[in-house]
Amino acid sequence: MASVALSEAEKVYIVHGVQEDLRVDGRGCDDYRCVEVETDVVSNTSGSARVKLGHTDILVGVKAEMGTPKLEKPNEGYLEFFVDCSASAAPEFEGRGGDDLGTEIANTLYRIFNNKSSIDLKSLCISPREHCWVLYVDVLLLECGGNLFDAISIAVKAALFNTRIPRVRVLEDEEGSKDIELSDDPYDCVQLSVENVPCIVTLCKIGYRHVVDATLQEEACSLASLLVSVTSKGVVTCVRKVGKGSLDPESIFEMLETGKRVGKVLHASLQSILHKEESLGPKRQKVGFLG
Amino acid sequence: MALEMRLPVARKPLSESLGRESKKHLVVPGDTITTDTGFMRGHGTYMGEEKLIASVAGSVERVNKLICVKALKTRYNGEVGDIVVGRITEVQQKRWKVETNSRLDSVLLLSSMNLPGGELRRRSAEDELAMRGFLQEGDLISAEVQAVFSDGAVSLHTRSLKYGKLGQGVLVQVSPSLVKRQKTHFHDLPCGASVILGNNGFIWVYPTPEHKEDDAGGFIANLEPVSLADREVISRLWNCIVSLATQRMMLYDTSILYCYEASLPHQIKDILKPEIMEEIVMETRQRLLEQEG
Repeated sequence: MASVALSEAEKVYIVHGVQEDLRVDGRGCDDYRCVEVETDVVSNTSGSARVKLGHTDILVGVKAEMGTPKLEKPNEGYLEFFVDCSASAAPEFEGRGGDDLGTEIANTLYRIFNNKSSIDLKSLCISPREHCWVLYVDVLLLECGGNLFDAISIAVKAALFNTRIPRVRVLEDEEGSKDIELSDDPYDCVQLSVENVPCIVTLCKIGYRHVVDATLQEEACSLASLLVSVTSKGVVTCVRKVGKGSLDPESIFEMLETGKRVGKVLHASLQSILHKEESLGPKRQKVGFLG
Repeated sequence: MALEMRLPVARKPLSESLGRESKKHLVVPGDTITTDTGFMRGHGTYMGEEKLIASVAGSVERVNKLICVKALKTRYNGEVGDIVVGRITEVQQKRWKVETNSRLDSVLLLSSMNLPGGELRRRSAEDELAMRGFLQEGDLISAEVQAVFSDGAVSLHTRSLKYGKLGQGVLVQVSPSLVKRQKTHFHDLPCGASVILGNNGFIWVYPTPEHKEDDAGGFIANLEPVSLADREVISRLWNCIVSLATQRMMLYDTSILYCYEASLPHQIKDILKPEIMEEIVMETRQRLLEQEG
């Protein structure tokens, strides 16, 4: 993770501030920075989203391609994640420096989606054992300002909400050979249901308390963090501890409760903003990258 | 808990909201500034093919016969006598390397550093071995520029008791072009906190010390918890400085103070919301114009 050097006195100031529930920018321990979400920013993808959380900037593109189902799950499609930490996010990501972090984030994304209910994979099947939709989710880190996992999971959910998969029909003729027909109308698409897609809430332990949405400076003061993946109903799908410090089981329980509470509010806000953007229709003014 | 999600809004060009009569002459590298050869060329320009061409991206400033281009965003270029706030990156033999947001790391020689207690003597081998005891990697210092080497690297000194290692507080990093040159860069603001406006764009906000410790020279950091009231003032100041820097306003004690007073009706964490930030900075701008005119 991109890290910033801090003096001992600065770290002490941050830790004492967190104890008193007043962080450097005036937020409480449970407050997020302002989030900006925009979907449909990349035109040649099936779905895309860009999320800005303070100084963290994430771009996600989803491409739907036809492939063969996996042998152990012949009636389902699947998702493939790839995370690219670009060198413009932090100098240490130059060359192959960002590969480690990229693989770690991609593996976390695989784990949080590794259950039956996150996304309806059966709807991605075209014909069992032969054809299915494969969704390639590509995440690009444009700027690193702390709290990467949360921003990435929000962006992935927004991009999946924005994904439009073309409607296909399987035609069988007399000899039994199958033909796949794509509908003529380019706007005749299927939308995925993202109600159960989880979001990650990162809780960093600083001193005796834990904070949500840590900046780079706060992450430098925390020795251990808990990544909690929560769905909109408050169900925890995956929990992961990062960092070299240790966590007391009681504090893990408290952090889980905070994660569930914060996660539900996060999902509610995200749903409302995505629906609001969709209701503006295709004629809305797109801000994109040059706004 | 507070969580706000919003859709992005396109930025409005600044000149529309200000209603300026005269637009600034903005140039990019390679643009011709003037073909009149009577002018003296200042920083950011060069002479080529009988015309004056800009070498940086910025606004053209003209003082009588001198034309120079003031860059909008640059690395810090050291001038002798500037106050800077820097972070120690390396401890080498007889010197420290300090990061000051310039093209090369700045240098702080052991002989340019004040010894604790203010003693004056030649630095010995024991002092060299104890260097890490004075300043470690990651420490923040305030210093003055002593000299500028030919390659542009800056040599610092902390030869006065007001400079030295910094204790508890927060750092804001802004572009060096936003810090106004003034007589003094150490300010004790009446709102209850102090601020050091480094010329290199590093701004340090810290709680005002109750009594001036003359003998320690800033080496023994005070690690006692800062009171909640002081913390609120510091957080508010931090947010104000960040909003002024985002809106590209010059930073000096008056502008920071006016911005602080304009932000008092709002909650501290709301200052960084885009619409509230614009409102506060607009009010600050108006007050500054009234004060000048």
